[in-house]
Parts: sequence; structure tokens; C-alpha cells
Amino acid sequence: MNNINTVRGDVTDSLEVTRFDAEFLVTVAARELAGKRRVFAGVGLPTLAVDLAQRRFEPNLEMVYESGVCGAHPEGLAEGIADSVLVSGSESVLNMQALFGYVLQGGNVDVGFLGAAQVDRWGNLNTSFIGDPKNPKVRLPGSGGAADIMASAGEIIVILRRHDLSALPAEVDFCTSPSPVRAREKDPNVPVNGFGVSTVITPLGILRRPDRYGELELAEIFPGVEFDEVHAGTGWDLKVSENLRTTAQPSQEDVALLQQQIDPDRFYLR
Amino acid sequence: MTDLQVNSKLMDLTTAVDRFVQDGDCVALEGFGHLIPFAAGHEIIRQNKRNLTVCRMTPDLLTDQMLAAGVITRLVASFFASGSAGSLYELRRRVEDHDPEPLEVEEYSHYGMVCRYQAAAAGLPFYPLRSYAGSDLPQLNTDIRKVTDPYGGGEIYVVPPLQPDVTIVHAQRADHLGNVQMWGIVGAQQEAAFAGKKVIVTVEEVVDPEVVRSDPNRTLIPSHAVDAIVHCPGGAYPSYAQGYYDRDNLFYRDWTAISRDPKLIRSWIDRWVYNMPDRAAYMEAVDDERWASLQVATKMSGAVNYGQRQPQH
Repeated sequence: MNNINTVRGDVTDSLEVTRFDAEFLVTVAARELAGKRRVFAGVGLPTLAVDLAQRRFEPNLEMVYESGVCGAHPEGLAEGIADSVLVSGSESVLNMQALFGYVLQGGNVDVGFLGAAQVDRWGNLNTSFIGDPKNPKVRLPGSGGAADIMASAGEIIVILRRHDLSALPAEVDFCTSPSPVRAREKDPNVPVNGFGVSTVITPLGILRRPDRYGELELAEIFPGVEFDEVHAGTGWDLKVSENLRTTAQPSQEDVALLQQQIDPDRFYLR
Repeated sequence: MTDLQVNSKLMDLTTAVDRFVQDGDCVALEGFGHLIPFAAGHEIIRQNKRNLTVCRMTPDLLTDQMLAAGVITRLVASFFASGSAGSLYELRRRVEDHDPEPLEVEEYSHYGMVCRYQAAAAGLPFYPLRSYAGSDLPQLNTDIRKVTDPYGGGEIYVVPPLQPDVTIVHAQRADHLGNVQMWGIVGAQQEAAFAGKKVIVTVEEVVDPEVVRSDPNRTLIPSHAVDAIVHCPGGAYPSYAQGYYDRDNLFYRDWTAISRDPKLIRSWIDRWVYNMPDRAAYMEAVDDERWASLQVATKMSGAVNYGQRQPQH
């Protein structure tokens, strides 16, 4: 591709994105979906990542939404998981018992994409409260399907828009969606299906949990990021993977698809 | 009069809410992003119902409005935001600052709520699910409990049945006998309806029983589970009815600014709920251009053959 800038109305997009652009996070997330089959996607950056991955790496990737839509083939960008655009042309629309009970809890979801206000070293997620849950400083959305998805999806990928001590504390204020580490410790007699969080993508790099009962470690660092910045923004003594690498720049083809076809109005690319 | 007329469940919204919703009731209003019963929620506000426990998996703009109107003292729910449209500030003021008063909240995950309706609908004492191991949710809500699997599979979390005094849902169409057909995202409406002691269904269209009988698989809530059918075009607006009109995303985004200001949200309710005699007046007041932008193009499903006995010769 010779022309690296595209003009759309009065806005000029650059296909040369940096780690500060949302396009960077989305292309990184999309690459994580290579080799996956059935993905539970939420709204926002995961919606874009799943769409990009399906176009670029995994044509058989099946998008599942917690609203009940399986095998979505949307004609436009969905503004929410219950958008009518996800329903028209989809392969199946299930009720909630079928979706959460048979599809998710039955073990048919490979990857769950979750967001969180807080993630700790074991991959415990908080989407419920900041401060004391009985008298919270901030009332966050709560579980929704997050506790169910964590328990039953094969693995969980998390995208964070921040990498700082409030997003990655030593301990979450409230554990909405527990890792198998915590489940085993607090409820040793309750069987747990999922691996828990496998991957956390932040604006500084990628943290991975290679072991179901292990902790997150720094596996990739974004180009131009210093170690000190990662460590200063992490609330525990973050281990570094032996195979640490620098994340590859997004390809111009990926960026062009995102900007021109997947989210041309920059609804989530902000 | 024919049997069909005698058995009619048709009534207007004012009558249905007046007859079936009492102060202090537990009221489920379901609809997962789609078919949210806004018209019925507004009628509850207009009739000044008090002390309601509202059950709703995803308390969104409608719940924020009912909270601001002082209708709700207790909320049973699983997701306390408006999806992509963001925070519900009236709800947050009640929870974070107890402004104007504290709100009692009973909290589950989505699947926990679904299982609660399912347990009540099927007359079961509880329903097991493979969630909550290691979560702080059972500590927050002590109705989420553990039992021992009698077949040797360890322990499992269970949730109690949720039987609302009244369940209210919106659907695309029904016949006057009360057979309700819906398509697109159907959430937990069937479970919630069968769980409710009384059931009100508002619909975009009332169709001839022959239309229902031509496609019985699309009837998710049969007549025997329904007490009132209310003809209420636009009854889900600003949410949507698949195949009828789309969601007013602009209004959803505007809600953030409205709900952030306690005075603004109350004046919104004055203008759009208290000052409207009914849903028809509300729909009349919606900007024409806005409404036109939400109309959808036709995309018919393929027909299926139910078959019938061959005529006897």
C-alpha cells in the first residue's frame, strides 16, 4: 500500500498508528484470536477485534453475544450487544437459558472477552464497586454475565484502556469474577470449568497467565514503552516472561480495514 | 357472543396497570436491550405506584426513570448500567450518596437471574449454576447459597426462585386471546412471564388468532400464562421492536446528561410522563424526523411448511 493516509470527510486517518491509538489495541487483540473458534464478545473494542479477526485470520470465528445471538453476520457496526443489526442475518437467536445454560455453561465458548475496572495478579476481575461494597465510592455496572463467563468460558481475554495502580491493584476492591486460583482457595469443593484470564491487553503491553493456578506476567511490551513505566503502573511485583518480546506494529491492511470498513465513524475507535 | 370474544384479554394500559399492579408489589419488567416495556413503566409512574420491588436483569433508562419518580424501594438486578450508553446517575446517586434516600439492592449475575425466573416458573425450590465459586457476590447477597450435589459432584451454588406479583413484557404481536409472539432477542421474557403471578403484555400489533395459529412456534408465551393484552404501538420506544422500529441510540446517549442532573431528570419525567395522558400522546410528541430515522426496511423470514392433513376424498 503506497498511500498511507486516507481522507474521510474532513478527517484524515493515518495508517501509521502508534500504541496511543485505539487501532493499536484492537489489532493486538484481534491477533490473540488466531486459532480460536467461538468467542463471546462484549461491546466496544472487543466488537472491533472480533470483526477484524474474522476478516483477517479466522473466517470461521463465530461471534456469540450474551443477548443470545450466535453466529452474528452484522451489516453494520453494533451499538451494543442487543443491537438489531446483530440479529438480522444471524445464524441463531437463543433465549437466555439456552445461551447461558447450554452454550456457555455447557462448555461451548472458547474465549470470553471481558472488560474490568480492576484486575489483580491472579486475574480476578472487579466490575462491581470501587471502595467498600456496602458503601461504595463508585457503583460500577456489576456482573452482568461476567461472573458466569469467567466460570465457564475456556479462557478470558481482558482489554484495559488504562495501565495504572487503580486498574491493576495488588488486590481488587471486590471480586466479581474470580480466577480458578481464588475459586480453589475460597470454594475448594465447587468444581470450576474455565482457565480464567489468559491474557490482559493494556496500553503498555500484554500480560499472560501461562498456568491455570499461576499469576500474570509481562509477556509483551509495546514499542517505545520502558519497563519502569510498566512496573510503576502495576500494583504487585510483576514477573517478566523469559520469552518477553516487543509487540509487532499493526499492519496497514488491518488499520485500513478498521478505519474504513469496520468503524468508519470512529464510534469505538476513540 | 362467540367464545373468542368472551375469552378476550384485551384491555387498555391504564386499566391493566391499575388492576394488576398494587403498591408494595414485586414487579418484573423484562426485555434484554430489546422490547423493553417503557410504556408500561411510564404508566406505573403516572399512576403513582409506591414501594415497588422492581426485578430487571438490566436496569437501564427505564429503571433510572422509575427511580427518579420515587416508585422503587428495592431493585433485584444483574447489570447496573445502560450498556454502551453508560452510567445511570439516578441509580448511582441512590447507591453512592443515598440521595434522595438509600436503595435496597439484591444483586446476581445474569445467569443467576435467569435461573431464578426458571426456578419460579417450574415450581422448583432453587436452581443450581456453575458460577460464583470464589466470587464476592455470595457474601454481598446471602441468598446465593451452596448445596452438596447428592450425586457426588462436590458442592454447587444455587439461587432461590423469583416469583413476581406481576410480570410485564412487551412483544411484537399477540391475538386477543393472549397468545404472544416475539422474535429477535427474547432474553428471559418467557421464564419471567411463567414465573409471574399475573402477566401484562403490551404489543405492537393485535392480530387475528389465525395469524398466530399459522406459526405456533413463534408463540413464546401462550394465552394461559397471560392476564392482559394491551395494544400499544411504540410501547418499547426508545428501545426497539425488531422489524418494527430501531433503537433511538441518540436518546440513549442523551440520557447521560439528563440523568446526571437531578433537576433535569425530574423535569424530563414531568414533561414526558406525568404530562402525557397515555402512550399515544407520547408517540405523537416524538419528533417526526427522529421517528422516521428509526424506521426499518423490510427483511422477511423464509416461510416454513407446517403441513396439514390431506383433504379426504
